[in-house]
Amino acid sequence: MKKIACLALVFAGLAGAAHAAGETPVPPQLNWSWQGPFGTYDRAQLQRGFKVYREVCQACHNIKYVRFRNLSEPGGPEFSAAQVRALAAEYKIKDGPNDSGEMFERPGRPADAFPWTFPNEQAAAAANGGKAPPDLSLMVKARTYERGFPWFILDALRQYSENGADYLTALLTGYEDPPQGVEVPAGGYYNKYYPGHIIAMPKPLSDGQVEYPKGPNGQPVVPETVAQYAKDVTAFLAWAAEPHLEARKRLGFIVIAFLLLLTGLMYFTKKKVWADVGGEIEDRPVTTFKGPG
Amino acid sequence: MSKHATTYVPKSAFAKWFESRLPIVGLIHSSFVAFPVPRNLNYWWTFGGVLFFMLVMQIITGVVLAMHYTPNANLAFDSVERIMRDVNYGWLLRYLHANGASMFFVAVYIHIFRNFYYGSYKAPREVLFILGIIIFLLMMATAFMGYVLPWGQMSFWGATVITNLFSAVPIIGDTIVSLLWGGYSVGNPTLNRFFSLHYLLPFMIFGVVILHVWALHVPGNNNPTGIEMKSGKDAVPFHPYMTVKDGFSLVLFLIFFAWWVFYMPNYLGHADNYIPANPSVTPSHIVPEWYFLPFYAILRAVPDKLGGVVAMVAAILIWALVPWLDTSKVRSAVYRPLYRQFFWVWFAVCILLGWLGSKPAEGGYVIAARIATIYYFAHFLIILPLLGLFERPQRMPGSIVESVLGRGAAAPVPAGATAAPQTQG
Repeated sequence: MKKIACLALVFAGLAGAAHAAGETPVPPQLNWSWQGPFGTYDRAQLQRGFKVYREVCQACHNIKYVRFRNLSEPGGPEFSAAQVRALAAEYKIKDGPNDSGEMFERPGRPADAFPWTFPNEQAAAAANGGKAPPDLSLMVKARTYERGFPWFILDALRQYSENGADYLTALLTGYEDPPQGVEVPAGGYYNKYYPGHIIAMPKPLSDGQVEYPKGPNGQPVVPETVAQYAKDVTAFLAWAAEPHLEARKRLGFIVIAFLLLLTGLMYFTKKKVWADVGGEIEDRPVTTFKGPG
Repeated sequence: MSKHATTYVPKSAFAKWFESRLPIVGLIHSSFVAFPVPRNLNYWWTFGGVLFFMLVMQIITGVVLAMHYTPNANLAFDSVERIMRDVNYGWLLRYLHANGASMFFVAVYIHIFRNFYYGSYKAPREVLFILGIIIFLLMMATAFMGYVLPWGQMSFWGATVITNLFSAVPIIGDTIVSLLWGGYSVGNPTLNRFFSLHYLLPFMIFGVVILHVWALHVPGNNNPTGIEMKSGKDAVPFHPYMTVKDGFSLVLFLIFFAWWVFYMPNYLGHADNYIPANPSVTPSHIVPEWYFLPFYAILRAVPDKLGGVVAMVAAILIWALVPWLDTSKVRSAVYRPLYRQFFWVWFAVCILLGWLGSKPAEGGYVIAARIATIYYFAHFLIILPLLGLFERPQRMPGSIVESVLGRGAAAPVPAGATAAPQTQG
């Protein structure tokens, strides 16, 4: 035990040394509606986040793994089927070839995936200073920040797996003037949460940029601020990355409840079975009792 | 397995007819029903059953996933996303399979540490133990190739780093690497052959598992005392005693498994693997899956490339010599006061190596990894041989029954018998 304690000290020492070297701030941990074993997405938040995505992000990015029909499926923003049909029809989808061998454009259908503003990677890269804006379908699962020892153990116990969402929100709100002495190259922007701090994406959000639904008093139900936009669009992208999260957590509860019940039954069965040999078992020489040889 | 004495008595006319032609029911009966196991097996002995369950589960989920997966460099990533989004319960299958690999390694590491703590590798179980090492090596190969299949950034770069290791082999190294790649870099042919091998190896594991169980059933189980069963009093039949105990343990393990699958399915993976493979962008920090980290730390601790590869491979192969490096006649650490402490130090060093493997290879981490690597090998090459010569084992009970039910249950043993060699030990 003493040795383990010594070892823990060594760990802590090394971790401290490592921490002193890094200078990127740790993204704050926010409260997300979908965290924890009973978490669900907030429909209104996903709908607002989708509005931010459409009006801001979509100019450069895509969510190619998301299909229009997903927007009306359970566990997501849950727009009505009619809304989704109307929405899909606003997009132009390249289809074909038709019977005369021509490619043609048609209005989108719910079964279509979101189309990208750019015809291909190269066009997107050419229009954006040499690097194509990444697809956002999986962004919340594709980004994280380092937790280190011992936090990664505590995270596993308290089910903290919203690292990606916390990082993304921090990134969207992390644009600021570079500190003195930091040179920002042309085509780059300073972001305190971005690793290396120089990001190619200009500050995407500003206060009042996207109009939010109004409450009965004529005021928006949530503030039209960068902080709120960032959270809402992150929530939408979290759903886009993990559309079956609600079904997963629901099934998880049933599975674990069943297993706990089964644990109890197994425990008492085992106790009962083993009670028979609490004393002695039949005395037979072990030699007549060998396995298959 | 032909000449076995079985207590199975076929009852129906059909069973008699069948048994006289193919005595497989008798074989199963004597192996998994009447098979005598020491009555004092603790819960560390239930992980063999857990491992068998995990192997079967990985094969079943894997076969179904293969029905939906496309092993092509341009389509693999998209096909995995299609499984996650559009295949009915595809997300469940994939998360079960991906986390199942991690759980498989959790169970196998417990199984291996149990083996070292209780000296299960000692005579007459050396072949059983070496078969276990072969299974572990096959598992590592299977898990590595499985991680390549989603064709994300970590898949691609992990494959690049690991396959490049083979180039350190003198003379034939480059040929081996070209053969693994199917070209001059990791690409579509690599993905194709890895998929094929990833499907093949689990069935090879299954074959070696059968040998492992066969080799177990010749001498029977070791047990926490390390004393062989001496009479029927020491044993209980496998069924119902071990089946119910293994079952109970398995259910607890499944709760642990479900925790990851349903609540933190991506926690044990890497965020980078949700970025499609890109040969022109190297991730800032290439890390293997957690279960390879101790060996990765050993690889990087050695300044020379070939030396690192040799050390990494030797870190596992050295286990095969442990039955002969360990000179103590006493099996179980329970009766070995010094070995018990050295075991825990070695255990801590393994964990430390794992943590160091996840850190960048720079500064203090490298120095720590070198010290830990030296200790890791010293444990086997210096400490184990010497301990057997200098350690005074504690007094052992005369039999398993005595250790379970107290000394009153069996005749007392003379004090001088403490360090005496056992009949088969």
